[in-house]
Amino acid sequence: MPRDYDLADLEAWDARIRTLTEAFGLDCYQQEFEVCDHHEMLAYMAYSGMPSHYPHWSYGKSFEKLKTLYDHGVSGLPYEMVINSNPALAYLMRDNSLLLQILTIAHVYGHNDFFKNNFTYRTTRADYTISTFKAHAQRVRAYIEDPSIGLERVETILDAAHALALQCRRNLAVQKLTEEDARRAALEAAAPRPDPFQRIHRPQEYIEPDLRKTPLVPDEDLLLFVRDHNPYLAEWEKDLLTIAHEESQYFIPQIETKIMNEGWASYWHKRILDSLDLEPDLSIEFIVRHNQVVRPHEGGLNPYHIGLRIWEDIHKRAGADGDAAIFTVRETDRDTSFLRRHLGEELIRDLDLFQYQRKGNDYVITEVADDDGWREIRNTLIASVGMNTVPVIRVIDGDSGGKRTLVLEHVHDGRDLHPEYAERTLAFVYQIWQREVALETVIGGKRQTLVHNDRGFTVKSTK
Amino acid sequence: MPPVDSIFRPFRPSDAERSDRAAGDRARHREKVRQAIRENIADIIAEEAIIGKSRDRIIKVPIRGIKEYRFIYGNAAPGVGQGNGQSQPGQVVGRHDAEGKPERAGDRPGVDYYETDVRLDELIDLMFEDLELPDLERKRLREIPSERTAKRKGYRQVGIRQRLDKRRTVRARVKRLMATRGRELLENGQAEDDAPPDRPRFPFHDDDLTYRHLVTDVREESNAVVVCIMDTSGSMDTMKKYLARCFFFLLYQFIRSKYRNVEIVFIAHHTEAKEVTEDEFFHKGESGGTLISSGYAKALEIITERYHPTLWNIYAFHCSDGDNFDTDNPAALRAAKELTDVCNLFGYGEIKPLGSRSYESSMLNVFRRLDADNFQTVLIERKEDVWPSFKALLAKDRVVEQPQST
Repeated sequence: MPRDYDLADLEAWDARIRTLTEAFGLDCYQQEFEVCDHHEMLAYMAYSGMPSHYPHWSYGKSFEKLKTLYDHGVSGLPYEMVINSNPALAYLMRDNSLLLQILTIAHVYGHNDFFKNNFTYRTTRADYTISTFKAHAQRVRAYIEDPSIGLERVETILDAAHALALQCRRNLAVQKLTEEDARRAALEAAAPRPDPFQRIHRPQEYIEPDLRKTPLVPDEDLLLFVRDHNPYLAEWEKDLLTIAHEESQYFIPQIETKIMNEGWASYWHKRILDSLDLEPDLSIEFIVRHNQVVRPHEGGLNPYHIGLRIWEDIHKRAGADGDAAIFTVRETDRDTSFLRRHLGEELIRDLDLFQYQRKGNDYVITEVADDDGWREIRNTLIASVGMNTVPVIRVIDGDSGGKRTLVLEHVHDGRDLHPEYAERTLAFVYQIWQREVALETVIGGKRQTLVHNDRGFTVKSTK
Repeated sequence: MPPVDSIFRPFRPSDAERSDRAAGDRARHREKVRQAIRENIADIIAEEAIIGKSRDRIIKVPIRGIKEYRFIYGNAAPGVGQGNGQSQPGQVVGRHDAEGKPERAGDRPGVDYYETDVRLDELIDLMFEDLELPDLERKRLREIPSERTAKRKGYRQVGIRQRLDKRRTVRARVKRLMATRGRELLENGQAEDDAPPDRPRFPFHDDDLTYRHLVTDVREESNAVVVCIMDTSGSMDTMKKYLARCFFFLLYQFIRSKYRNVEIVFIAHHTEAKEVTEDEFFHKGESGGTLISSGYAKALEIITERYHPTLWNIYAFHCSDGDNFDTDNPAALRAAKELTDVCNLFGYGEIKPLGSRSYESSMLNVFRRLDADNFQTVLIERKEDVWPSFKALLAKDRVVEQPQST
């Protein structure tokens, strides 16, 4: 494909865009752009954009899937990929037109600013992203090459770890209680409350807190709990669990802010390109491309579209303080709170959002954006963004009175677990826990306990 | 705040060429897919789609083992979509197809439906990896030349006209010419053809003639014939015929893929039997009563005519619903006995779709009286049975006793 621009052109456009980002008040990490071809882009996508990543067959599968879709023209490639690291790393596709590169560069600075400033990303340690992933890759490769371990055994652990990696704490801005804190909290809770009418009240019965209970408070970090409480795991197995856990912790902010983040980047590429005074042909191409990216997907949801519309709405409603308003929101919200606070009745009506449910083999609209429906729609939407699509499953007992049965509890929010997936995933828990595991859940309104032990899988009804 | 800085790294083709970083993981993934296919093969065989299809067809194989399981919500959970401005309650916005696959895009994150394309060829190879015709070598037929092809073996001065190597012959003549008249030709600077007509000719000599030498290449292989006998009578309803064809299809593909030199005979019978082509065998239905002995008699006839048991390894397979005329049973038993005498293996598959066993007669009881080590019976009740019974007949490790002396 003939390209009518070279790297110097890109650098010149980048310099102009950077001047604008500073003028607008975006606060970015240093930015690195790497020009790549479509094959490299597919590989970056398969490995979540990371320049180095440990090997696992699932990434081969994802590559094949992406490539098949791309080769058959079902889906194109993203114009860009940005990694949350300091300096931020972004890939530009070599075969894109000049306008797409300009749009991409502007879009990338939007993400860059978001990564640096949104509160959810504070735990991701962006300075060390690249080196952390590299160190993980080296460790996994070393285990694979170790003749006493080998690919098969590494894969077995990684399969289980990948299946459970998202079973972890979601809001990383809230600190996890250390064991001592948990113990202190338990003691304080048990201590008798000061009572000014002690003399006339019956003395409160002192219930001794069970400090031997493990965990003292329900624990959502499943992989870490297994790592710390299964003494039969070898060091390399524990390390693999840690690696999988750390990776999911790194990606959770991106899962948690998909709509905000894409909306934010789209909002800024629009504002930046509008201020660039593009020549007419570039300008027309921009309108076409921009609309391709942010068009609504009928029947589905396009996070670029929803996000952009909400940001525009916030800016408009704040009037003259629009910029200040959006900068505050980009720092202090994530998708859940963003939607709850800023997606109002009017906007839902404008976007014509609806709620659907499966009835038999059909998906049928159950609520539309009217006076009664909009709240319902918003709540359903909130329940289906970010980590809310992952059921909350926490460890409530790791000992079961010496039996060492691992008891998990599904915090039921009205949505049942997918039974086949629950069964198969529980097998992975059993595999790394190596003793009986039990999952308490609700299926079809009935309390049930799914159990996996050395005799296989069973379902028990509980009263 | 330090000014934002940026770095551009240009595209380096050398990187792109080296950076097929997913190669290892892709290979591992494909390996897992093949493994999953192998594990699910019985289910895949049971799918009707593959029967009678050409070998280079690509089929879709649903893979179970390779999904990435996680805890996810089930299908009943509601979702939110965006409409075109005219959404109404009760409107249908998408549907599940029969296999429970959502047809809408962007729906149900995390549900991982997985299908892979496999060439039927490859599938068949995978299926038959562990199978072999039992006891193929027994007849010491390695001594019998099975393939006669000519193989080149150097050059000779003598030979027949057809094998004259013209190129080498002309080269030999040119060499001789240069040896005798070389200096003269060089001095004149003339090519031979331009020479004046009075110059003496330089004809081909017997010594110039070069012939290719051929030897017969004898490759010793076992000779084998597989006789497929199918009941096509009226009682064989669509389901039964389908199961029988399924069985024979496997057998046929198996033989085709494993043995280049195996001949296959197709016999269809109702009250009388005839030899049919492969196409007729798999695709044509007949009707009428059933005389199993007729099929066996035909098979015996063909065997005596064309495949003498001293020279051929013979495998006979018969599929029927066992609904034979009672009067024919003694004859059938006798014929079966004769078949077991000449065959390395004689297999009988009885097709009894579930539920029909109780009120229909069965040849299995009759054949129970047939006492021969190389006689095998299997019962096929539903399509899932086809593959296990096929395997039972052909499993490599099965020991077949020496049945007869020839």
